[in-house]
Amino acid sequence: MVEIVNRPYGKAFEAFAPSRPDVLCLSADLTSSCEVDGFRDRHPDQFLSLGMAEQNMMSFAGGLAMQGFRPFLHTFAVFLYRRPYDQLINSIAYPNRKVRLMGFLPGITTPGGITHQAIEDIAVMRAIPNMTILETGDATEVETVLEVADAIDGPVYVRVLRGEVPRLFSTPFAFNKLRTVSEGNDVLVVTSGVSTEEAMRAAKPLQDRGIGIYHLHASTLKPFDRDTLVSAARGKKGVVTLENHTINGGLGSLVAEILAEEGIGVKLRRLGLDDTFAHGASKPYLMKKYGLDASALVVAIEDLLGRCLDIADTELEGVRLDTVHSAQKAEAL
Amino acid sequence: MTITNRQSTEDVAAGIRRRVFLHTMRNNGGYLSQACSAAETLAVLYNEVLNLGEPTLPKMPLPFAGVPSASNPDAFTGAGYHGPFSPEYDRFIISPAHYALVIYSALIQMGRMGEDALDYFNKDGSSVEMIGAEHSPGMEVTTGSLAQGLSMASGLAWARKRRGDTGKVWVYMSDGEFQEGQTWECLAAMSFHGIDNVRVVVDVNRQQCDGAMSSVLDLGDLPARVVSFGATTRSIDGHDLDALRNATNSAEPGRPLVILANTSPFQGMPFLQRRFPRLHYVRFKSKDEREEMKVAIAEELGLELESI
Repeated sequence: MVEIVNRPYGKAFEAFAPSRPDVLCLSADLTSSCEVDGFRDRHPDQFLSLGMAEQNMMSFAGGLAMQGFRPFLHTFAVFLYRRPYDQLINSIAYPNRKVRLMGFLPGITTPGGITHQAIEDIAVMRAIPNMTILETGDATEVETVLEVADAIDGPVYVRVLRGEVPRLFSTPFAFNKLRTVSEGNDVLVVTSGVSTEEAMRAAKPLQDRGIGIYHLHASTLKPFDRDTLVSAARGKKGVVTLENHTINGGLGSLVAEILAEEGIGVKLRRLGLDDTFAHGASKPYLMKKYGLDASALVVAIEDLLGRCLDIADTELEGVRLDTVHSAQKAEAL
Repeated sequence: MTITNRQSTEDVAAGIRRRVFLHTMRNNGGYLSQACSAAETLAVLYNEVLNLGEPTLPKMPLPFAGVPSASNPDAFTGAGYHGPFSPEYDRFIISPAHYALVIYSALIQMGRMGEDALDYFNKDGSSVEMIGAEHSPGMEVTTGSLAQGLSMASGLAWARKRRGDTGKVWVYMSDGEFQEGQTWECLAAMSFHGIDNVRVVVDVNRQQCDGAMSSVLDLGDLPARVVSFGATTRSIDGHDLDALRNATNSAEPGRPLVILANTSPFQGMPFLQRRFPRLHYVRFKSKDEREEMKVAIAEELGLELESI
């Protein structure tokens, strides 16, 4: 059974920030929802409450960064780019300010529906010059992403997991380096965020049927570790990407771009939200409904290999059981 | 800054109008009404109020050096014409980037930029852009998308206060920016956080691109609205130098200062009244029209026709 870590971000930020006086914690009325309530209470001098006013928060952060502070903005991922996009561009991205955008509840990890689900954030952020994009996939990455983000000369957008987060990796977040999860010979699977855990669920049943999966986990989406992807893709019977995002403009698109640019003629299946909005419901339900889970990955691999693997859903329940009744569940949206 | 033969503020204001007018005539169009409304406020700020160091950029503006990025060490901002970033000096954020020609003219009049700097205005590859970019002379941040300057200035001011800098952060705004929600978000935040080292001067000329603000989206009792957000608010005649002097010196602890400088978009060039309400950008429909305006406004400004 995989270790489940409770509120890893809150602890990590409180370990990270106090020794760095130029780091500021900014919040837009979602302080406990972003796990920085304890930091606010114990380090009020490094905390700035800016209320439900994201446009002002973006430009204000740009001004702070001009003076050498490194603001970490905390709110839901969706509120960091949809409403204040113009401010993000002109006050932060264009002048290449060291502003760190910590986006919580990415994609369908929130039951908040359309208004709360950042499903096209990576596509939008990828299109912005100067922007770096990081995505955490487990508790270890959540715990170690802060130093990585803080070292970057320019704005950084981070998809952060909150609440009860599984620990999948034992080594820290490494900037612009794909993690090799497994090294099989048949199909390359590239995943990011919560999708990585899903792909890991499928590993054993696939192995039992003699299917070799080469699994790469992407935690830096811009820039991208092209070399590792290219060498892993060569000679494979197919490539599958799985992401907690629309398949347009995110991980699947960037893998497609690289494969095409490198002339690697291999079939690609992009899994994720298939050009659709989602709606408000639980994460497991949404992952199943929209084909973001382990069984969707199995179907795609069957399609690529042209054979039925006969894997029952019960075989895909490994790695961890979702804590349906967890205390985190009812936390404020 | 040591200036020998220091100019009077009246002369600076007259110089700003004259330079913008001459440039508009020579280039068949320009932001003329902004010079009319802004001349006195900018003259008071640059000549008397702002505490700025010597310029750090050359008299002749540099060519555009590329957009800012981690891989472009050559990128610069126009803040150098306001002097170095030292704790004791003020910063001056120009929020309506459309006033660029007026700002450039003020910098030239103040001797911060060379007499011929406007030769580079709106020329390909130049930093002296028509809408001020952050690399344009006098521009410190990107503000062409309106109402972001105040928020950036507030972050800057909060940071300077935290650092113990004595220099203030001045912001020049247009009244149209009070139609944007971000301005009100920012006023609320400044008030809540007691950001009292920001000094805002607003050109209340009641004009915007479509025409008179009263016909586009009227702001009602603007002073009352700003007061209600917790700012120290002074609503004054923006062409009255003494009123401007007093207002700039009237900040209160714990509150931002917002000076609503009520101005006329044809102050000093009454001939422009004929263009009302289409004053945002003045251009000429015919040669005759240009000639008529040239003669009339030259006389109003006391200029010799041969010099145009």
